[in-house]
Amino acid sequence: MSTALDAPGTAEGERPEPAPRLRSRHLLSVGDLNREEILLILDSAEAMKEVGTRRIKKVPTLRGATVVNLFLEPSTRTRTSFEIAEKRLSADTLNIAGGTSSLLKGETLVDTARTLEAMAPDMVVLRHSASGACHLLAGVCDARVINAGDGMHEHPTQALLDAFTIREHKPRFEGLKVAIVGDLLHSRVLRSNILLLTELGAKVWVCGPRTLMLPGVERFGVRATTSLDDAVADADVVMLLRVQEERMHGHFFPSRREYFTTFGLTAERLRRARPDVIVMHPGPMNRGVEVASDVADGPVSVILEQVANGVAVRMAVLYLLAGFETNEGTA
Amino acid sequence: MEAEGIRRALVRIAHEIVERNRGVGGVALVGIRRRGVPLAQRLARSLFEITGRDVPTGSLDITLYRDDLMRQAVGPQPVLRRTEIPFSIDDRRILLVDDVLYTGRTIRAALDALIDFGRPRSIQLVVMVDRGHRELPIKADYVGRNVPTAARQSVQVKLAEEDGVDEVAIEDVAEEGGSVPAAGGGAP
Repeated sequence: MSTALDAPGTAEGERPEPAPRLRSRHLLSVGDLNREEILLILDSAEAMKEVGTRRIKKVPTLRGATVVNLFLEPSTRTRTSFEIAEKRLSADTLNIAGGTSSLLKGETLVDTARTLEAMAPDMVVLRHSASGACHLLAGVCDARVINAGDGMHEHPTQALLDAFTIREHKPRFEGLKVAIVGDLLHSRVLRSNILLLTELGAKVWVCGPRTLMLPGVERFGVRATTSLDDAVADADVVMLLRVQEERMHGHFFPSRREYFTTFGLTAERLRRARPDVIVMHPGPMNRGVEVASDVADGPVSVILEQVANGVAVRMAVLYLLAGFETNEGTA
Repeated sequence: MEAEGIRRALVRIAHEIVERNRGVGGVALVGIRRRGVPLAQRLARSLFEITGRDVPTGSLDITLYRDDLMRQAVGPQPVLRRTEIPFSIDDRRILLVDDVLYTGRTIRAALDALIDFGRPRSIQLVVMVDRGHRELPIKADYVGRNVPTAARQSVQVKLAEEDGVDEVAIEDVAEEGGSVPAAGGGAP
């Protein structure tokens, strides 16, 4: 990571150059992306965002391509976001949801993948409750695989859209203090964001109850604390994570009210942050648990921008991955 | 063709635009990225000097409309750039500006892209160099210079805004491939 970029008065021309291409034909983990590839995706997303402002919000780029959205875990916003992105690029889309699939009838993911393969999709967008499901799928099918969230592992496009949103508000990532607060243990959004933000040079703090702390998280180059005030102090960005009660088998905190008292973000507690702080949340929000409503709906909140940017970032990923060879497993 | 030649050609084209459209009322310029954009901006300045009126100017990236994206099985995707057309093109006379006219495929893509933005009254094509070898029925309305070339040659319009210098360079490209232009470069 170049420290010269932190120097004041750095000329515009010295901005780091984006990579000319992605190295992998799949998007499985943020860990596979280097800084230049991340910049390529974010720059491409800027162009894609303009498409969404047109009267005809559609371009012919992926005409003739088939994209399967295989969502084997409940999801509304990620699935609709991918679907809009695919439609805006003119791809043919097919949705297979958990409730309607043969997986309920006992078919394994690999068998489902082989069945899909017979329909020759160009890309598969997979959401699965098991960490590593996307890697498994990429190993057995010819289509390009995009990870739309696998278990407690990763959610790469969420981290990319978060970075895109931050970049629209902050001039640079280097030295930016980003506090990520909430259910750290169960969060794939956290894992992807840590990998991405540290690669871009941000200083990341994570904060949550001891019972929901990620063991060994400091090894990723982040600061961990159980004090919300310490995490929020002088923060440029406060990113809240949803308390994922559906993934909690056991008691992690006494009550939602108590969680809110200790870790809920209120306007009062946000005063310790920088005056130009932005507040983010990957959704869906638990109002009155992770965040007070007046903060979530207030002027510092960019939560709805995140949703809008998600479509542009996913269009960019679909476009960039489409540039690779499709068939016959030579890649 | 040197800097002075490019300058004179642009001034001449500006006069032709004014004559043919009887002024610049309802006229707008759209430059195709990358080198059509600075050319469009220079034309806007010339048109202002001639008529005293500002002509709205936008830029168009045609990448998402290319006809080879899903065909070229191998190779990276061309880099996307922003399209900025900050005015309605409905009922306007649009002057589409590019540096080199070659196969015509870029212009085909640009026409499709423009139509998605609205319904212009007309679209006219301005190019600095027409090098021939058309693969589609497309013809320029205003041409800086006609340059007869062989398919194996490459024609590059260099502009100060992008390249630090104004000139038109014609070079012999090393064999191989022949009619397939390099992805992302010049004029596919």
